[in-house]
Amino acid sequence: MPPVIITDKLTKRFGAFVAASELTFQVEKGEIFGFLGANGAGKTTAMRMLCGLLKPSSGKATIAGFDVYTQTEKIKRRIGYMSQKFSLYDDLTVSENIRFYGGIYGMNTKQIKAKTQDLLAELQLENEAKTLVRDLPLGWKQKLAFSVSLVHSPDIVFLDEPTGGVDPVTRRQFWDLIYHAADKGVTVFVTTHYMDEAEYCNRVSIMVDGVIAALDSPANLKQKYNHSNIEDVFYELARKAKRSE
Amino acid sequence: MITLSNIKKTYNKGAVTAVKDINFSVNRGEIFGLIGPDGAGKTTLFRILTTLLLADEGTATVNSFDVVKDYSKIRDCVGYMPGKFSLYQDLTVEENLNFFATVFGTTIKENYNLIKDIYVQIEPFKDRRAGKLSGGMKQKLALCCALIHKPVVLFLDEPTTGVDVVSRKEFWEMLKRLKAQGITILVSTAYMDEAKLCDRIALIQKGGILSIETPAKIVESFPGKLYALKGGKAYQVLEDIRAYSGTESCFAFGDALHVTFKNGQDNGALQYLHEKGHNDVSMEVIPPGIEDCFIHLLKG
Repeated sequence: MPPVIITDKLTKRFGAFVAASELTFQVEKGEIFGFLGANGAGKTTAMRMLCGLLKPSSGKATIAGFDVYTQTEKIKRRIGYMSQKFSLYDDLTVSENIRFYGGIYGMNTKQIKAKTQDLLAELQLENEAKTLVRDLPLGWKQKLAFSVSLVHSPDIVFLDEPTGGVDPVTRRQFWDLIYHAADKGVTVFVTTHYMDEAEYCNRVSIMVDGVIAALDSPANLKQKYNHSNIEDVFYELARKAKRSE
Repeated sequence: MITLSNIKKTYNKGAVTAVKDINFSVNRGEIFGLIGPDGAGKTTLFRILTTLLLADEGTATVNSFDVVKDYSKIRDCVGYMPGKFSLYQDLTVEENLNFFATVFGTTIKENYNLIKDIYVQIEPFKDRRAGKLSGGMKQKLALCCALIHKPVVLFLDEPTTGVDVVSRKEFWEMLKRLKAQGITILVSTAYMDEAKLCDRIALIQKGGILSIETPAKIVESFPGKLYALKGGKAYQVLEDIRAYSGTESCFAFGDALHVTFKNGQDNGALQYLHEKGHNDVSMEVIPPGIEDCFIHLLKG
């Protein structure tokens, strides 16, 4: 099984500014990969290239076997994306959101209907099918958004700060969903500012000033930098950042 | 410095209760944390105290002024940083700061010493429009604008949500310096590690207060023993220990699982895990953190 994400010196420049510089890494099928970095380190730029939304300046990358320069439409069909900032339509109901995304990804009515029932059952949201998304608590919205990002059974799901602002219990329930998805073979690529969540990843990378400054399993990183937790590892690396946001 | 007495607020003509029976007070020069999930009622309390929202019942004062009768006096003496970025996106950094200074009848120069530490970090971008700033810089500008009239009380509604570890540490350093200058701070956060940086915290859920204590006392009140379970394939171990009859609760915490048992202590869990094929797991008693306590209180 080849890695689902392969990058080789992937770089994005905006004029003279190098937002992401020579990123080289691989992510395996079913892996939970934490993509860490301070605000402004270049995470969003890198993610946009991997999702086929931003053309790299140089370097190579394939996502689910497809090239980020020439096969972006194929990439988009094979990935799911969820961001804390935007994922669901507030003025559509829960089931309308599922139908909308199912439709976008080319599922037929029968498939969508079956998927909707599965999803609502799994999230215990059967009684909320006709509720407007805006009326759901944030934690439920996030869980629903995650499930909707998987509606078309993608190979990879990109999660951009999925758990901001929710309570500790809800945050852990969200990670149960992530584990469950990875267990079924979905590759999870996740950014977070909660460093305890970084520990739940199989491997994490830490970006500083557009460069991947460290990449390993949480246990190996802690050993290498001689800290008892990832927060201290992150702090040691990220505070060296020179470039302002 | 801040008092709330039997505060209640409902929305949608009484159909939704946002907060109820809220009683607490914040002392002068204290950093007081409101800790609770999204939707707990934190923002409602901020809006009542900053005189932007009227409570249905109860009374509240800020700096000895009543939030209803003396609202204009309160507005003069408090700084408020809402959770949602609320500066003018199409004004520059400097224009925003000037605007807020002018509205409060002061100048940037007059209170510059108060914001200096923070403002020097964003000064290189003073001609940039606020809408074009990154999250960390928006946060710093918002704090400057909330401080420019030298308030006696500062209200900060989730100031660090979505901000990275480095900026969060810097932000709390700034709060400590403001406290040292005698400013009273009411701050809400979803980060439990920030709770321990407050002098006292109120845990709030579903519109009610679960507990008000110093962080140390909240940790002391944790019942029973807390165990850290390490090793094995974390997700499988989690599923198995949750299914174990003696387990009360189990949550992932960084690289360990935090477990409590029904009798308050371990009663053969490790043996059970070994039978399930998890041979490389170990377990030890650990002191609980604020997050453990919060999870416990949320469930109780």
